[in-house]
Amino acid sequence: MGRLPVHGSFVCDEKGKEIEIEMSESDQRILMGNEAIGRGLVENGCELFASYPGTPASEILPAVRTFSKETDTAMHIEWSVNEKVALEVALAASYTGKRAAVAMKQVGLNVAADPLTRAAYLGCVGGLVVVAADDPGPHSSQTEQDSRLFALFAKVPVLDPSSPRQARDMIRDAFEISEKYEIPVILRPSTRVCHSRQNVICRQPERLSRKPDFKKNPGRWIATPMFLTNLHKLLNEKLDALAEEPRSYPRLISGDGSMAGSCIIASGAAFANTHELLEEMGYLGKIDLYQVTLPYPLNRMFIKDVRSRYAEILVVEETYPVIELQISTERSKGKRDGYVPRQGELTPDVIQDVLIRFLEAPVTRPDYPAPAKGKRPTLCAGCPHRASFYAIKDTFPGGIFPSDIGCYTLGMNLGAIDTCHCMGACVSQGAGFYQAYALKGDPVPPIVVTIGDSTFFHAGIPGLINAVFQKARFIVAILDNSTTAMTGNQPTPQVGTLADGQAGNPVFIKDLVKACGVRFIRECDPYDMKQFIVHLKQADEFVRSPEGGVAVIISKHPCILDREGRKGQKAYRVKVTDECVGCRHCIEEFECPAILFDEELQQARIDEIACIGCGVCEHACPVYAIECEEVSS
Amino acid sequence: MRQQIIISGIGGQGVLFITRVLGESAMLEGHDVLTSETHGMAMRGGTVISHVKVGPFESPLIRNGQADVGLFLNAGNLGIHGTLIRPAGMSFVNTPQRGNDQSLNATDAAKELGAVVTLNLIMLGFAMRKKAFFCSEETMRTSIRRISNPGQLELNMKAFEAGLAIEG
Repeated sequence: MGRLPVHGSFVCDEKGKEIEIEMSESDQRILMGNEAIGRGLVENGCELFASYPGTPASEILPAVRTFSKETDTAMHIEWSVNEKVALEVALAASYTGKRAAVAMKQVGLNVAADPLTRAAYLGCVGGLVVVAADDPGPHSSQTEQDSRLFALFAKVPVLDPSSPRQARDMIRDAFEISEKYEIPVILRPSTRVCHSRQNVICRQPERLSRKPDFKKNPGRWIATPMFLTNLHKLLNEKLDALAEEPRSYPRLISGDGSMAGSCIIASGAAFANTHELLEEMGYLGKIDLYQVTLPYPLNRMFIKDVRSRYAEILVVEETYPVIELQISTERSKGKRDGYVPRQGELTPDVIQDVLIRFLEAPVTRPDYPAPAKGKRPTLCAGCPHRASFYAIKDTFPGGIFPSDIGCYTLGMNLGAIDTCHCMGACVSQGAGFYQAYALKGDPVPPIVVTIGDSTFFHAGIPGLINAVFQKARFIVAILDNSTTAMTGNQPTPQVGTLADGQAGNPVFIKDLVKACGVRFIRECDPYDMKQFIVHLKQADEFVRSPEGGVAVIISKHPCILDREGRKGQKAYRVKVTDECVGCRHCIEEFECPAILFDEELQQARIDEIACIGCGVCEHACPVYAIECEEVSS
Repeated sequence: MRQQIIISGIGGQGVLFITRVLGESAMLEGHDVLTSETHGMAMRGGTVISHVKVGPFESPLIRNGQADVGLFLNAGNLGIHGTLIRPAGMSFVNTPQRGNDQSLNATDAAKELGAVVTLNLIMLGFAMRKKAFFCSEETMRTSIRRISNPGQLELNMKAFEAGLAIEG
């Protein structure tokens, strides 16, 4: 017993000699984890990159664009219409022998599940890396699912970086594994890696100069069921071989033998937190600490060693027990038995509590009061969504309002949305609500669906075709602000700007809606609230008419964060007059951050710095105490 | 050299910019640095926080009672992130009522410069004057120059200098 030999791992020690030598030759920069991943892709000869924006993965594409330009590296870079499309585009590029990569948030991997699970069986040719960014917490997602477990389900290897530097280095490993075994490889950074910044030494890109060369192989690329048992066998053999490789053995920071029967195993950001805490608590170098860099397939020798050498095993991982399931011993403490909290982010504070218990450490932590609730986010002052929501709510007081994912989820603050599920679900949910109410002739309340333009492109279209075909009757308001606002204003297909800034061939929402078979289509600027309400009422009449069906209103006004879009916009000087009776209707029902309530005067007032002068709030005062006077912009 | 800093505010107040200035300054002075930031929905006017750790750290996050310095761009955030500051740490607070020598009405000072968005750099300059940071004034200036958009540079420098000059 005692010290284990240090096995090779997929990433060298970050403070290792190799890096020091490079320091003198390369440039060092502060990179966000997502930028480091983008840098890694460019450095390692990736020639095609596709992504759909989603927190915490949105900044990877801009980094790929910046670094490919800066290093004069030819690449095809695209914001794909959704994650499934992105992966399929990259997959075919890999078939030609070129290196390709995609990036998405973890729930994007659900959307791309179909091509991914089959790609595991059929494999790839040029290296194919799938970056799936997890969001334990979650901070900005609809689940806190673990892409490492997804990798296990899909039988795809997954690497788990603990820092921006390591994320960049693992891109190289991911391409190498992918090409050696002809299998896609997932890189799973979590929010705390994606949105960390660190000093990283940038290397020059590798020039692979591969000519595209698709080799036909029907038994593989068409792979009808008769081929699949064999392909599955090959896949199993690839995973076995990878799990036997000495370099897939986790990185060990050895203990001194004083705690020989115990070990701690961690991966990803949870490893970074654990490592630092052990150092601070004086246990680093006393207890064996492993960083699992390849959580699936877990190294076979490691599993044997852990089972035979340790009586006490603590596994610290986010968010599901992926390592623990593979170690599969009753002696491990972790996510399975709830020794480590089974939900929520494993912050240093949370992990410290676990370590104090596991190590029986004589450390006392003061009790900290629970923090006060933070300020909730709101739609921006002047956001066109607010105008749409207010009009919808005002026109249909008893309505059902399915909605979706984007800035407009903040319509919740206004009580203007009732559901938010997954990308595109609101349209199908609108149909489902209708069918449930209409089935036995119950009165059908007004059903008004709100969906953003980017979300509509992503996954709203099949739902709309289905609703029209199935004779559902409801209103769809497409909140078209000509951008993907929530994630940083990425262009949509309608805007027609490609990821590299060049002009693409724009695809128009109105044409798509018409092609889906919708017979009631109106387009309106929601700032013109009176007209917007007229359209809503007409839409409701259409929906309820004998020949009615799905009505679509395209609520069109550019995102106010888009400077170009703001240029053509009229501006008003807004003031609250003494007519204000202090009813708070504008505060609660309109919820504009530029309207404040003066507790002394018991009246609303305008925050002139926050106000952009959209003038929409004029409609939101029941006693007409908000006045708007046009100013020349 | 080890220093742990938090910057706490509301989405839109420029928390990320200050994070980047501190990160860049650490690198310029030859330190390792790790930061952690808030992106996504919270940036729409919600509570946001950045952690900056200068020195040989592994984790990008700061625990309760461990931060040496806090910049609170919004006074209300003290009740949310105040527990992160260690008992002997420094908390610089942007508040309408100046209480102690670590509080400041940065919003008004920024308005005087004609741009309320510069309150972040005024706070940074003010904390710099109080010798809160690991780096020199000159390093901080260099970082601001490197990170600022050319159109904003002059205003940013002015705000930082204004913060540096605030007495009391």
